[in-house]
Amino acid sequence: MTTDKQDITRRELLRSGLRGMGLLGLGGATGYLSARATPQDTVWQIDPYKCIACGNCATHCVLKESAVKCVHAHALCGYCELCTGYFEADPTALNEGAENQLCPTGAIERTKVEDPYHEYTINEALCVGCGKCVKGCTAFGNGSLFLQVRHDRCVNCNECSIAAACPSGAFVRVPADKPYLLKKVQHEE
Amino acid sequence: MMRLVNKLTIGFVLVLGTLMVTPAWGASRFPPPEFESGHELPTTTQPGPRSETLEYLDVAVLAAALLVGAYLSLRQRSRRGIFVLVVFSLVYFGFYREGCVCSIGAIQNITLGLFDATYAAPLTVVAFFLLPLIATLLFGRSFCGGVCPLGAIQDVVLVRPIKVPRWAEEALSVLAYAYLGSAVLFAATGSAFIICQYDPFVAFFRLSGKLSVLAIGVSLLVIGLFVGRPYCRFLCPFGVLLKWTSRLSKWRVTITPNECIECRLCEDACPFGAIDKPVETERPGKQRWPKARLTLLLLLLPVLMASGGWALSRADHTFARMHSRVRLAERIRAEETGLLSGTTDASDAFRTHGESPETLYAEAASLRANFRTGGWILGAFLGLVVGGKLIRLAVFRTRIGYQADQGRCISCGRCFAACPKEHERLKKLADRRNT
Repeated sequence: MTTDKQDITRRELLRSGLRGMGLLGLGGATGYLSARATPQDTVWQIDPYKCIACGNCATHCVLKESAVKCVHAHALCGYCELCTGYFEADPTALNEGAENQLCPTGAIERTKVEDPYHEYTINEALCVGCGKCVKGCTAFGNGSLFLQVRHDRCVNCNECSIAAACPSGAFVRVPADKPYLLKKVQHEE
Repeated sequence: MMRLVNKLTIGFVLVLGTLMVTPAWGASRFPPPEFESGHELPTTTQPGPRSETLEYLDVAVLAAALLVGAYLSLRQRSRRGIFVLVVFSLVYFGFYREGCVCSIGAIQNITLGLFDATYAAPLTVVAFFLLPLIATLLFGRSFCGGVCPLGAIQDVVLVRPIKVPRWAEEALSVLAYAYLGSAVLFAATGSAFIICQYDPFVAFFRLSGKLSVLAIGVSLLVIGLFVGRPYCRFLCPFGVLLKWTSRLSKWRVTITPNECIECRLCEDACPFGAIDKPVETERPGKQRWPKARLTLLLLLLPVLMASGGWALSRADHTFARMHSRVRLAERIRAEETGLLSGTTDASDAFRTHGESPETLYAEAASLRANFRTGGWILGAFLGLVVGGKLIRLAVFRTRIGYQADQGRCISCGRCFAACPKEHERLKKLADRRNT
């Protein structure tokens, strides 16, 4: 130790004065910031009505396999036999053959419910979040397929790197207790 | 028959769809069917994020680690204990929590929260920002020494430390101030979180990431084999804030447990250049020149600040391009005036949403104005930093014995073992235990 306890130098006095001010300031900052803060954590989500399915979600996530996946709001789906989210632009036949499918990983399962209706379900283990089906479904169908950040996969980066690359500003922070922005049947613009 | 009708409808819609400029979002082109077989619709699953309790547990672990770090560096004086804490932090905050949430990045959330009324930082982030600052004001930088995962990963790779000359150390640490200043500028304007985008070690913690950032991380670790903690000393923006608070800390790490005998053995023990030599009180005959130099530097300070502010405020257009709306505005203008042909995803999306270009241009103009003001402040701040450093280097200060600089010392505890007085103390402790 360099300074004696008894002998208070000018520098020591200045230092402890500044320290007191610093503590007061930090205390004030704690109060102010906690009053402004949300007790809820926030997570990232895609606003499906802004998303243009550009394909960045598949390539810009920090995870090797993107945390963004396609989800299906079945209540919106028309159960079409010719699904423009499922089939290539000019399919050779309306069946499950790989050459007819739009999805590069075959992640959409197509099952017949009853004539002529077919159900389309996403196999999330295969989906890479490229949004090809979303584009097809939104352009020519009901738009029941859309992209969402899946929170069982997302590591919740402070700044989502897909959000930084999103061309339509579709990524938003949402409260952690309502982490999804699902499409609803009747959406008012 | 059904099939043909279906195909015809699809064909019609295809033609219609291509004709329409704006696709209808979530439009019910094909009414959802009513199943005769009573088929039930599957529900959309919504797996939740990490639970709130665990987030608060992180804050508790941080607080506990800060206290343990302070105890180990101030009371226990144990390098081994601090090293165990370093490994724990590396595993918990680094590999388990994958580097997010972190105190360094929290600077940006706090800034954005102050400048953007629509954003509120979560309570956990506020805690990660404030707890280390409060702890440092009391106990010194034990956060850097034992708790921060970015410091930890550099601490464990440091094998052959070399000395960095004082002038180089001071000059390089200006980078950290520039990093802090620009991070605050870009966060305040809502442009980007550059600390997170260029976090060099988060790719290791997640075991995946962008190649460019990984390359920065690898080179920092390779440099870190020989130069102790290069990120902490020359780049870390939070380190700047901690350096300031640490200068005022109530308790401080001392090299020797009692009295310095000026044996010089500790001088080489510090890999971070934080130990200062003793300085004699009087320097007869050399008084006049330093005084003149100091006056000159004090006069230079406002000049540095003004020129820095002027220079950076001129760069507003370049800086503003960090903001996606400004980039979009420039792109749209170029497309509208025919300067560029073709469209990008962003400009397509802009037109699809039907915003008017004029509002976008106005928004971009106001953002540029913000960057002009911000440039003045940032430039003046950097001028102040450079001037302040020059003044600090020019001032002689009496120092008795070898001391750890309160700003630069990160409480790693490496110097304790180098002090013969410490060995004396430990021996006494051991004797007392044995008897």
